[in-house]
Amino acid sequence: MSNATIAEICVAACADTYLESGEILAHAVGTIPTIGARLAKLTSSPDIVLTDGEAFLMAEPPPLGRSASAGGVVEGWAPFGRIFEILATGRRQSMMGASQIDRFGNQNISLIGDWSAPRRQLIGVRGAPGNTANHRVDYWVPRHSARVFVDKVDMVSGVGNDRAREHARELRFHQLGVVVTDLAVLDFDSDGAMRVRSVHPGVDPATVEEQTGFPIDASAAPATRIPSGEELRIIREVLDPRGARTREIPD
Amino acid sequence: MPDKITPLSEAVSLIESGMTIGIGGWGSRRKPMALVRELLRTDVTDLTVVAFGGPDVGLLVDAGKVRRLVYGFVSLDSIPLDPLFTQARERGGLDVTEYDEGMFVAGLKAAAARLDFMPIRAGIGSDVLPANPDLRMVSSPYSDEQYVAVPALQLDVALIHMNRSDAGGNGQFLGPDPYFDDLFAMAATRTIMSTEKIIPTASLLDDASFHTLLVSRMYVDAVVETPRGAHFTTCAPDYERDEAFQRHYAAAAKDPAAWQAFREEFLSGDESSYQEAVTRFHAQEGAR
Repeated sequence: MSNATIAEICVAACADTYLESGEILAHAVGTIPTIGARLAKLTSSPDIVLTDGEAFLMAEPPPLGRSASAGGVVEGWAPFGRIFEILATGRRQSMMGASQIDRFGNQNISLIGDWSAPRRQLIGVRGAPGNTANHRVDYWVPRHSARVFVDKVDMVSGVGNDRAREHARELRFHQLGVVVTDLAVLDFDSDGAMRVRSVHPGVDPATVEEQTGFPIDASAAPATRIPSGEELRIIREVLDPRGARTREIPD
Repeated sequence: MPDKITPLSEAVSLIESGMTIGIGGWGSRRKPMALVRELLRTDVTDLTVVAFGGPDVGLLVDAGKVRRLVYGFVSLDSIPLDPLFTQARERGGLDVTEYDEGMFVAGLKAAAARLDFMPIRAGIGSDVLPANPDLRMVSSPYSDEQYVAVPALQLDVALIHMNRSDAGGNGQFLGPDPYFDDLFAMAATRTIMSTEKIIPTASLLDDASFHTLLVSRMYVDAVVETPRGAHFTTCAPDYERDEAFQRHYAAAAKDPAAWQAFREEFLSGDESSYQEAVTRFHAQEGAR
């Protein structure tokens, strides 16, 4: 089995965020990050704890898009109230979306424009400030563009590396991992600035640079790893036989 | 045990202009929608609304009932944004306090414990602090550490919806998540609890374990029996979200003429006429 799609390469990149995680609650927003967490559970990171997206912790991946009651083995109960307690203990790792993100990983999901007069009101900061203050956070951007990768975000929801350094003591649990996009995997250098870790096979590095709204060098980046045959089989036959991943990134 | 069974209109008369009201549920899940719809029928205004927002927030904001909104998010879950809320924000004139979700819970916990504030790490370094310049930091008395001091979200009235209740106000949730409804009740001076069905106290454990007894009557002032009272949000396991109706709501809310028609069809009468209109809506959908 070969010819991995970009969506499948992204799933594997999302799964790789759990390689060092141990027994933590994997919180994933979006279809491809959700498949990625479940792939990690079935392959490289069997100790991570999965949710069904509702109130239950699952000992094995539940059917995609369905909750625990649709089948699967419940190993715990974690309603929303418990989630805030879990994240405060640090036993959680999130992959969140980003309407905007800057070079230091400051993320915005709240609004576009001024706080007092938003041009577009979005969902609100949700849990991003608390997540970034308490445990590792990665980001998922299905359409890499200069509208998302901006010089300055309009409302810092998830805290970036520069701001975390200004509050080094209080934000000592702050940890940004990677940003997985449809073009590349990005991470952060020792100064906390974003850099290109890898470019997906078939993507021109110049495209990554053009679609990023701040200067970034993709010229020397290696190719993102292609999922193994076994990983592709699990993605295609076990986790996402109906191809929900193609709704985030078409083949 | 006192009998607190109260008609819908009488229960909502506890709410006065200028009050701070908390609304239970989460997004588009187990919202006390019948209570919200009844509130829309009053002339109450100038409210501060505290909620993990869903269509409750959209409807109250659109009706001009809200002076200030305190929230961690406003979402319809299966539809990411509530158009009535986003339009109100983009028009301007709505005062908002946008917190991290954990900060929001901390504010309720402070109120429930009759404390001024609750310390939390969430919010440090984010723009939640500059957006809410009244927020203060607090120094640890034990180290050099500083935390966000989330002020107590003291509520005059909490509105919550339960699957079952007895006449005295012992409330039972039967779905997977209690949300924060017990905390809303504890943070409030008075609580109005609507319920799918009022049953005898002795029957509360007939079909469910004691862990489902979420809300004690100690916190509850009025019990309102409102079958399908969370419609169109979820009230599992009694019913799931009415996705077709929610899509209709969200689509109508984006267009002034369609929204006017929606209001006339669904919100111009009382609760029973609302439920009848929903039944008609589905009959027409089915015939289409």
